[in-house]
Parts: sequence; C-alpha cells; structure tokens
Amino acid sequence: MRTTRILALAAVGVLGGALAACGGDSADDTAAAGSAGGPITVKASDTTCEVAKNAVDAGTSVFTITNGGNKVTEFYVYAPGDRVMGEVENIAPGLSRELHVELPSGTYETACKPGMIGKGIRAALTVSGSAAPLTDDAKLADATASYSRYVKSQTGALLPKTEEFVAAVKAGDVDKAKALFPIARTYWERIEPVAEIFGDLDPKIDGREEVIEEGMEFTGFHRLEKDLWAAKPDVSKDGPIADQLLTDVKEIVAKANAEKLSPLQLANGAKGLLDEVATGKITGEEDRYSHTDLWDFNANVEGSKAAIASLRPVLEERDPALVKTLDTEFANVDTTLTKYREGDGWKLHNKLTEADLKGLSDAINALAEPISKVAAVVSKK
Amino acid sequence: MSDSSLSRRRAIALAGVGVAGVTGAAAIGSALVKGSAGDTTPHPVEGAVAFTGEHQAGIVTPAQDRLHFVAFDVITKDRERLIGLLKDWTAAAARMTAGRDAGEIGAVGGVPEAPPDDTGEALGLPPSGLTITVGFGPTLFRDATGKDRFGLAAKRPPALDDLPHFPGDVLDDSLSGGDLCVQACANDPQVAVHAIRNLARIGMGVVSVRWSQLGFGRTSSTSTTQTTARNLFGFKDGTANLKLEETDLLREHLWVQPGDGPDWMTGGSYLVSRKIRMIVETWDRSSLAEQEMIVGRQKGTGAPLGKSGEFEEPDLEAKGADGEPLLALRSHVRLAHPTTNGGARLLRRGYNFVDGSDGLGRLDAGLFFIAFQRDPRKQFVPIQRSLSRQDEMNEYLKPVSLGLFACPPGVSGPDDFWGRALFI
Repeated sequence: MRTTRILALAAVGVLGGALAACGGDSADDTAAAGSAGGPITVKASDTTCEVAKNAVDAGTSVFTITNGGNKVTEFYVYAPGDRVMGEVENIAPGLSRELHVELPSGTYETACKPGMIGKGIRAALTVSGSAAPLTDDAKLADATASYSRYVKSQTGALLPKTEEFVAAVKAGDVDKAKALFPIARTYWERIEPVAEIFGDLDPKIDGREEVIEEGMEFTGFHRLEKDLWAAKPDVSKDGPIADQLLTDVKEIVAKANAEKLSPLQLANGAKGLLDEVATGKITGEEDRYSHTDLWDFNANVEGSKAAIASLRPVLEERDPALVKTLDTEFANVDTTLTKYREGDGWKLHNKLTEADLKGLSDAINALAEPISKVAAVVSKK
Repeated sequence: MSDSSLSRRRAIALAGVGVAGVTGAAAIGSALVKGSAGDTTPHPVEGAVAFTGEHQAGIVTPAQDRLHFVAFDVITKDRERLIGLLKDWTAAAARMTAGRDAGEIGAVGGVPEAPPDDTGEALGLPPSGLTITVGFGPTLFRDATGKDRFGLAAKRPPALDDLPHFPGDVLDDSLSGGDLCVQACANDPQVAVHAIRNLARIGMGVVSVRWSQLGFGRTSSTSTTQTTARNLFGFKDGTANLKLEETDLLREHLWVQPGDGPDWMTGGSYLVSRKIRMIVETWDRSSLAEQEMIVGRQKGTGAPLGKSGEFEEPDLEAKGADGEPLLALRSHVRLAHPTTNGGARLLRRGYNFVDGSDGLGRLDAGLFFIAFQRDPRKQFVPIQRSLSRQDEMNEYLKPVSLGLFACPPGVSGPDDFWGRALFI
C-alpha cells in the first residue's frame, strides 16, 4: 500500500496539459453562469431532498442547497455509476451552499445525504443538448479532473471538521470530541491514497502507535483517540497535539489540492483503499481504542468507488465486462456493510462477531480482485 | 504470452522418466497428460501425474509426501458463477498438475501494471507429483435450513447423509464441514501450497476459505510399491490399507458403481476428513507394552501382536499364555478390522500435522485422517462408531474436525470440468 508514493514519483503516464478542474464550488468559477437558467434551489431536510428542476440544458448549472434539517447533509450530482460530477460536503443545519457544476448532455442523479451516510435521497436529472463524444485521451483527462474535484470537496470538509474536533479536544469536551472523531476521519479515509503520497505527513496525522519511530512522538488522530477512549479520559495535556494535528491537516490539504494525479494513480488508489480495509479495518487495528473502524471502512470503500467512477467512461470503453463486475461487487459490499448500520453511524468493531467480519472480508476480497485489474486496463495504449 | 518460466518447469516435467508426453501448447486440454488416473506406474518424485482419467487423481495415486487440504463455503447464490468457478478451477488444476502456472499468462508473463495471474512461488519447481482432488459437501445441496441452494437437492446422493455424532467428539464447527473441498498432494510442500493458494484466489467472490490444513509425512501407503509410513505415535499406519493394485477390491470398496446412487457420482468416491489431535506428551510416557497393546501391533516391525511380519493378517482369536486375547478387545487393530465391521474397508490417505504448539507448551500435533470409500454409511460410520465407543487409544486422542465430501469422477478431457454431470 506504500506504492502510491513510488508511483507518484515515477509519474507514470501523467497527462500533460492539465485540464482545469471545472465545477466544484469555488467562487472564481468563470463558466457562463446562467447558461442553464438561474440557480436551481434544493430544499434539504433529514428525510427529503426537493430539487426544483429535473431537466436542465447542457453547460454550467448552479444549485443552491439549503439544509432545513437537523443533520449535517451533503449534496451530489452523479453521472451513471455514481461518478461524482460535483458535490458539496458538510452543509450544516440552517446553512445554504452553492454548487457550480458543468454537465454535458446525459442522464444524471441528484442526491442529498442527510447524516452523510448511505445512498442518499436520489432524483433523476436530465441534461439535454449536443456534445461531441470524448476521445480516449480526453476521457482520461476528464477522469483526473473529476477525481480532483472529489479530492477538493473532501479536503473542503476535512478541514472544518478537523477544526471542530480539535476545538472540542482543547475545550476538554470529551463527549463532543468522541462524536466528531469518526466523522472528521471519514473525509480523511476517503482520500487516503492521496494523503499517503505525502509520506512524512501521513504518519504524523494517522500513524498508529506501533509505526512511530525512535525520536518521533505519537501524535495525530490516534493519539487523541487513545486519550479520549482511555478508562479515565484525559485530554488536558493534549493541546499541543491537537494544534499539531490541525497544522498537519492544513498542510496536507494544500498539498492534496495542488497534486495532479494520473489515471494510473487513481486505479492504484482504488485498489489501495480496499487493501487498507482488508489489512487495517477488518482486523480492528485502525481504531483500536474507539472501535469506530466501520466508519473508516465505509469511507475507504466510498473513496475507492469515487476513483473508479472517475475512470468509468474509459473503463466502459475498454472493458465493459469489468465495469459490470465492479458494479456488482461494489453493490455486494454495500449490502453487506449496511447490515451493520446503527442510526447515522455504524456498529462498533468490538460488537462484530467473527462470522460478521468474515462476511465483510469475503465481500472486500470479491471486489478487490477485479479492482486489481483496473490499472492495466487504464494503462493500455 | 511469455512462457520462458513455464517451459523451464515443463522441461523438468518432461525429464521425469515414464511421464506421458506433455505437449507444449498452452491451451487447456491440449496440454493435458492423456492417461488414466488408475495408471499403476508409480510416478517419479518430481514428475507429473495424469490429470484426466476415469477417476480423479489423488485417490489411488501412490500417496505423496505432503498435503494442503482446504474446505470452502460457497458465498455466491448464482449457480452460473459456481459452474464458472468449477470450469476455471479445472483449467487451472490441469495446468498446475502439469507443472505450469495457474493462469494462462503466468507469474511473470503479463503487463507490469497488472497483478500476475499466478502467485509465483512454484516457478522453477517440477510438478512434484501434484494431484488436485475436488469434493462436494452435503451443504452444497441443502443448507442447514433445508434450502435447495443451487437446484441440486434432488441430486444429493443418499450416501452423502450428514455424518452422525460420534461419542467423544468435541468438534470445532469452524474447522468442520464445508460446501466444497480441495485436496492438493505433492512431494514438495511449496507445490501443494501454491496449488491451494491459487485456487483460493481464483475463487474469491464465489467461495470463501472455511478452514485448511497442512500435512506432512503420509501416514498411509496406497500402493504395494510403497513402504508403510509412521504416524506421530511412532507406529506404522495404513498397513491394511486398500491399494491401487487391488482393482477388484477397489471396485467393491472404493469406487461408486452404476446404480449406487445418482449417475453423476459413478466413478467417484466419498471422502471423510477427520482432524485428530494426538496428546503426544502423555502417549510418550506410556510403556512400550501399553502402546503396543493399544494399537495391536509391534512398534518396530508393524506386525500384528502374535505375528512376525507386517503384512500378516491379525489373528483375532489367538489367546496369550494367560488365556486373554492376544489382541486386546479394545485394541485399535481389532476394532478397525473388517471382520469386526461387516467386511468394511477404507482407502486411507491421511497425513501427520504439527500446527506449532499450544499455550501449554504441548505440540499441537496429530493425524489429519482422510479416507475414501464407496459408501460412508456402510464403511466409515460403522468403523468409527466401534472405535469411538471402545478404542483404548481415545485416551490420547482429541478429534476436532470432521468433513464429508462427494468426490465426482475424473475429468475426461478439455471440454469436461469437475462435477459437470452434477450440473447438467
């Protein structure tokens, strides 16, 4: 799983002419706003997701999402196979956020995810207009652009959630910090392969106690986890650790957003995320104090799915049978994982039986084997 | 495809004396050794054993020295995926038993970005007498709730009845049973492990490993050309075993005959696996006389008590000077003898195991018993019942696992696959 860095350095098949990421929710979006009419309002609650339009013209669409519920929500525009065209994370109750997204003609789905979990509340969205079919190279470029958007949206939520977590730790609010711990980590775990490119930051942020080398201090998420879940929780001396975590996360967010990933890295990242699940989350080693491994597990799978979804147009072209297999096996992982949902979260790892874990392991293996074939398909000339 | 590595393995395979010619074509089938698995030529230690034949190889094949046995649960509900797996397994097994890689591309022949379709640890090793034998467990036909999982329930042979509970058995459910089993035997442990590892990998998403067992030092001979090996009690084991040269006896006791049950099993055989932990520390403290009395044989020669040659028939009537039977009433040999069990005989093919040590510093060791037979209801079950109830040896034994599998007949050629007749 540490190959990401090597591949990154080797810059295998990195595309020249980086495509500017379109979409995202950046304010400097200069696309012809309004080409598809005014903003489309989205009224989100804990149980509903009312999208004002179900058909728009090709071009840039602007959605204004207002969260009228009590749970934090997310809003997505998906192309087939849950390929993320645009998304807004971490919309707190009472807030409104905007999404600018460029949509070629085709069929899409919108989704609100109250509680940030599950498939979300979906609706069809038809985009009409003419668009020339993309060339193979353009599809690859599009894949990396699409994944960059994903990384940006995740880091955009990772930062504020880490800030909230750190603030709770420093305020000595143990219960609040415990509740925020798996949530903040979700955004981290979704883009873990990207984080691992930055080899020195990764262990500082996400290192477990046993990976700490001599002369290094045990810091980051898991150090705070250990203190929060101790028999007598005590984070009174953890101020510097919490500050350092936020500093490190800020640095990695800046680096991740500047990083240009190659299609091959996406493919290897999708596999890498499942390796993370198979080696760390299934065993309960990752979150050994809090036992919140299934939050990480689910986030790793979502991240893997996002990377594959970015590559989908290329894979459809080159190996449709593999796409079908991946769809089947992703669905199987979701079905298996859903058994362990509890409210807006997950069952704790120490409440899972050996048989539960074996079922999860089988589902991950069934998905990881075909996913390991994606890299070769992507790199085929 | 690049097959420089394959050809190296194949060259060694071909060097084996008396091995049927292996053609160089890569396609499955055309590269299979044509011959009968009942071929009575002992295979050379490093050579290839014919994969195709009337019966599956690995049953009467002269017992190799090493075992890797695995039981799988089928995790798909899709009958077609299960059939697809059996086809893929058959093709991979045909390649591996001929000393070639598991996949068509091989361990090092593919593109750098793709994971190899063979795991690579057998590169450069000869076929090593590898045989791969497949069996179907009762739960493949109906699950514990009685559900017909793959439309096979009507084809479940009566002889594949769930085994009864044997007195004294404390079985670990996670080490027992299984929907499918694969027995890989070879003269090199790395070759046997390589075979199982690659089949398990091919099966991901369709099957899941339920349990597996490594074994060494065959405890039975299945050919008159072999000497009788010893188990971890230090005694020769399998002296009175069925042997491949006894073709009439094999018809009577080993191979399923037409009319025995559903046609798809004709030419097949039933496999019972039983992992028996031996408490060797206490056994080693018992006197030689006690050990010999319990087994019913001399430790050195393997001869039945009161006889001088290993292969002499035990005399169940003989009395010692004290008027007591020479073969104790609760001795292993007496209780397992055909005359005690209505003539029932088995083809045993077990292996020793040592799985490290337990927390008490005792060797976690024993016998991984494997027996093939025509009908377990008439063979293994009565024999084991009498052993479980009376065998003095039980004091030193702890059975922990039990499995029963229907091993279909052999694969006839490139268009055939394991269990095809069951699924059509």
